[in-house]
Amino acid sequence: MFRPDVKSGRSRLSLAWIGALPFFAYTLLFLFLPAGEVLVGAFKSVHGGWTLSNVTGLRHEPYYTAFKTSIEVSLVTAVIGGIAGFGIAYAAIREGTPRWVRSGLTTFSGVAANFGGIPLAFAFIATLGTIGIATQFMKNQLHIDIYGNGFTLFSKTGVEIVYLYFQIPLMILVIAPAIDGLKREWREAASNLGASPFQFWRYVGVPVLMPSMLGAVILLFGNSFAAYATAYGLTSGAVSLVPILIGAYYSGNVLDNPHLAQAMAFGMFLVLAVMMVAYIPLQRRSARWSK
Amino acid sequence: MMARLRRIAPSAYIWLFLAAVYFVLPLLATFLFSLRSNQTGKCCTLHSYGWVIHNGDFWHTLKISFVLALETIVICLVLFVPTVYWVHLKVPRLRPVIAFIALVPFVVPPIVMVIGLLNVYRGTPAWFYDKPWGILCAVYVILAFPYMFFALDAGFRSIDVHTLTEASQSLGASWPTTLFKVILPNIRVAALAGSFLALAIVMGEFTIANLAQFHTFPIFLQYVNETQAYPAGAVTLMSFGITWAAMLSLLFVGRGRGARPTLIAGGR
Repeated sequence: MFRPDVKSGRSRLSLAWIGALPFFAYTLLFLFLPAGEVLVGAFKSVHGGWTLSNVTGLRHEPYYTAFKTSIEVSLVTAVIGGIAGFGIAYAAIREGTPRWVRSGLTTFSGVAANFGGIPLAFAFIATLGTIGIATQFMKNQLHIDIYGNGFTLFSKTGVEIVYLYFQIPLMILVIAPAIDGLKREWREAASNLGASPFQFWRYVGVPVLMPSMLGAVILLFGNSFAAYATAYGLTSGAVSLVPILIGAYYSGNVLDNPHLAQAMAFGMFLVLAVMMVAYIPLQRRSARWSK
Repeated sequence: MMARLRRIAPSAYIWLFLAAVYFVLPLLATFLFSLRSNQTGKCCTLHSYGWVIHNGDFWHTLKISFVLALETIVICLVLFVPTVYWVHLKVPRLRPVIAFIALVPFVVPPIVMVIGLLNVYRGTPAWFYDKPWGILCAVYVILAFPYMFFALDAGFRSIDVHTLTEASQSLGASWPTTLFKVILPNIRVAALAGSFLALAIVMGEFTIANLAQFHTFPIFLQYVNETQAYPAGAVTLMSFGITWAAMLSLLFVGRGRGARPTLIAGGR
């Protein structure tokens, strides 16, 4: 009988790898092969040879603007989402706020961080669209015509407002354990030693939370950068973000060079890979305080 | 001092109030929209809900997405439970490798995945390439993989795999008996949590289904949004309901076991 004891386990190591083979085969077929095809395709020319011109072509329009818009939207929603998420999480966790506020907020954030795509786009069309409830209310009751003043939901600003709906809850989920790590004794100790609240934040709070905050903002950036369905549902492609442009190229609106979509995908991969490389050490560092 | 600390800070009130307004308003607006009449635009009627319930495409696409979700869950469990079990038992050195692979889907977003996928598998048999049960399900397993893996990994870490396996085997149980009768009941919560996440992912996934031109529930939702303003409110609420149900079930099964809400990326 096959007995799983530790001593003989070592000599069977070469065989034991085989147990994980189905998993590796599956990820090779449906993860690495498709991802590799895109990355390799970015450097293929229409005639079949190798070329850098697809990737260097990303400097030109409309790719340049698409990357610029995507990065701007991601930065704005990551920073605003980060600040708002932190403010809300801190307000819910700090002493004085009833405990049910926190548990309710955590549950809601767990759900809201997963709202997204087409339903979220529609919820905002119903709120801030031309005949949206809030738009109509402001126009009829408060006599503020936001669309008359140049606002439109179907724009970059609109996309940012909608993205915050999943960015803020994500920030709350990620940062709450870090705020828990900010021990109450530290605050009491600082105040006993005569520190003002400002000094506490300047010398204790911010330095301790900084790795978590930065890590969380990077995570938010990637979360927004990769999003497609929400912007698509909101603007049907009117706002030129990189994923939207890739989708439009692929669905056949522009077919002169199929490798351009792959080059943009390569660009996305590059941005997200840089993000991941910055994120992992920060996440390790912030884990130090939450133990 | 203590009295001052016990009160809710004024700034906390402002933050929480603004948060409540921002998060509740879109849900409320969607609800009010769903009650309006499609002809007159006036409140309040349940016609939109009737329109949805009597719409054949609604049931058809909902069924496709639901069956897809079940298929994805089954493949995920069959593929990942034995793998994670085996890795924990025999080759713990492989664990970091798999955890690293679980991060790859975050660097390769769905919009990138779908292009590579369609290029690689173009020309494969129709039962695989043209049917959602083939290629679409295959890639949904990959989307669900990180969540399934981290859920299962936490589950296996909380039990003593070695002792359970040795005890079962020394009592004469075969490998399948050990897996189904001993290991599986002990990681049931983790497997359920992973399954609910997979359900939420598949029921909301739009990007890949849209570019691969499969008519799943989110595609139907987008179609209604573009064509029927008020019934769209009703379908949107139902879609939110599915996410709520899946995520709350997740919290419910994981209660008291340190399960924290997780973020899924499928719907975006």
